[in-house]
Amino acid sequence: MNRIFSVALNTFREAVRDRVLYNLVFFALLMMAAAIFVGQISLGIESIIIVSLGLSAISIIGLLIAVFIGVGLVSKEMDKRTLYALLSKPIQRWEFLVGKFGGLVLTLTVNTAAMAAGLFLVLLFVKRSMENSDTAILVAVYFILLKIAIVVALALLFSCFTSQLLAILFTAGLYVAGLFIHEMRNLSGSKVSPAMQAFFSWISYILPNFENFNVMAAAAHGKPVPGSLILQNTAYAAIYCVIVLAAASVVFSRRNLK
Amino acid sequence: MPGPAIQTENLTKDYPTGFLHMKTKRSLENLTMQVEEGETFGFLGPNGAGKSTTIKLLVGIIFPTSGGAQILGRPIGDVEMHRNIGYLPEQPYFYDYLTAAEVLDYFARFYGFSATERKERVAKMLKKVGLETAGKIQLRKYSKGMLQRVGLAQAILHDPQVVILDEPMSGLDPIGRREVRDIILELKREGRTVLFSTHILTDAEMLCDKVGVIVGGKLQGVGRPDEIVGLKSQGMEILFETDATNPKSTALLARAARSGTRYTLRVSEDSVYAALDELKAAGAKIASVSQVKPTLEEYFMHLVAKDRAQAAAVEVSDHK
Repeated sequence: MNRIFSVALNTFREAVRDRVLYNLVFFALLMMAAAIFVGQISLGIESIIIVSLGLSAISIIGLLIAVFIGVGLVSKEMDKRTLYALLSKPIQRWEFLVGKFGGLVLTLTVNTAAMAAGLFLVLLFVKRSMENSDTAILVAVYFILLKIAIVVALALLFSCFTSQLLAILFTAGLYVAGLFIHEMRNLSGSKVSPAMQAFFSWISYILPNFENFNVMAAAAHGKPVPGSLILQNTAYAAIYCVIVLAAASVVFSRRNLK
Repeated sequence: MPGPAIQTENLTKDYPTGFLHMKTKRSLENLTMQVEEGETFGFLGPNGAGKSTTIKLLVGIIFPTSGGAQILGRPIGDVEMHRNIGYLPEQPYFYDYLTAAEVLDYFARFYGFSATERKERVAKMLKKVGLETAGKIQLRKYSKGMLQRVGLAQAILHDPQVVILDEPMSGLDPIGRREVRDIILELKREGRTVLFSTHILTDAEMLCDKVGVIVGGKLQGVGRPDEIVGLKSQGMEILFETDATNPKSTALLARAARSGTRYTLRVSEDSVYAALDELKAAGAKIASVSQVKPTLEEYFMHLVAKDRAQAAAVEVSDHK
């Protein structure tokens, strides 16, 4: 456990010292400024727009970091050969992978928390008070984080056996496909052949289902998110990450470094 | 009697080649060798001979196609064995956003040292490799030689029983090379097993108890540096000074090679006394008499030439 923690801490430290991360945080602050501007010109629906825009920004920035840094987690260490010295230490390859995953998820948690705090500050600035229904925003942020964790796991998996460019394409492709799970399962009324319908239905259970993680609209309108959905999404993200990380470990444990 | 610290048995490594990885290239073939405990072993060979491949196999960076190896009696696939080994990669590169002290502290964490112990060890290692004043500078500002020192420090940070160094002298200036040599000699004095690869033969002759020569992925010979090149003498060499105008010296000088004011005469072992009598009669002043043996370099070059000739022969027969 200590070894995983050491790798995670180092990954976090790398991200913190990486200027790209600071630029993205700066971008987040710009988005928040834009939210205030839009809020000022929208009559009566300032908070809805600010929450929608804020959550979208948190999601997009988190996804960009997850994909672009995630695909480099392993391949960068292999290309630069920083892994050589590390793998001669008493550490299992799967421990290294889990540590890398944990480090980036920790980075994204801190980053997302900072952006969420910024969003609440902007909301407080506009509304002058907070309501109980605003807790739905916290749930939406939590779901974004779960979604990002799955994306990090996928990026890490692809990072183990392909180039960074292909890993970006594969991860982004799976993310986009994961947004259309509902459509894939409901092709019965369309002109698609029954064989293809069966194929899409089957594949929809393998692809990550990101649709269930989107509660932005509910959060913006102050509608409560059911506790069962919170539990279901938490369990789904945890199981999906474990499966993907296990697959990554199998691939990476057999990988000959250059 | 202690057993071998490192033992390989028919260790073979093939790399896939071509776009679809359909072909393979053999990088190491049936390597069987032993390095005894406390021994300093030099792994010699030209670039691409299979030295780094062997080392990477030993430390678990790549996996063997067939065969196996053990370090301190444990198979190379057992990462817990890594507690007792230290490894310096060839042209090492570390996290450049960290300082030398941070990178050493990071690696020390994998051995379960406490924070106090880590701090002490890091300071000791930085001093040992001459980086005590540069310990707080990020590695991105380090020269190649400085990175090599960091690499050496991380390899011996945890007092390993077996130290494996891949080209430890590469990229170092003469002072750096001397310092690395001193560290290897210190490790030797401490009774640690050291395996290092090099193509600098003088380093191997100076430091090693035993050397292994690998060419074209095949081990060509293992033994003491003097043993491996063969004990067979190639004659005797007499170094002398004489008056070139002395007519008695003329015949001798015709057979000798001149170097400044001195002459070197090479004769067979059987005729050395006759030659010395002749020199004495000519009034020559004898500076030294020594046995001529082939150097490690000559042996090495002979093996490389032999391997190339064999490869060329195979190529010709393939074309036929």
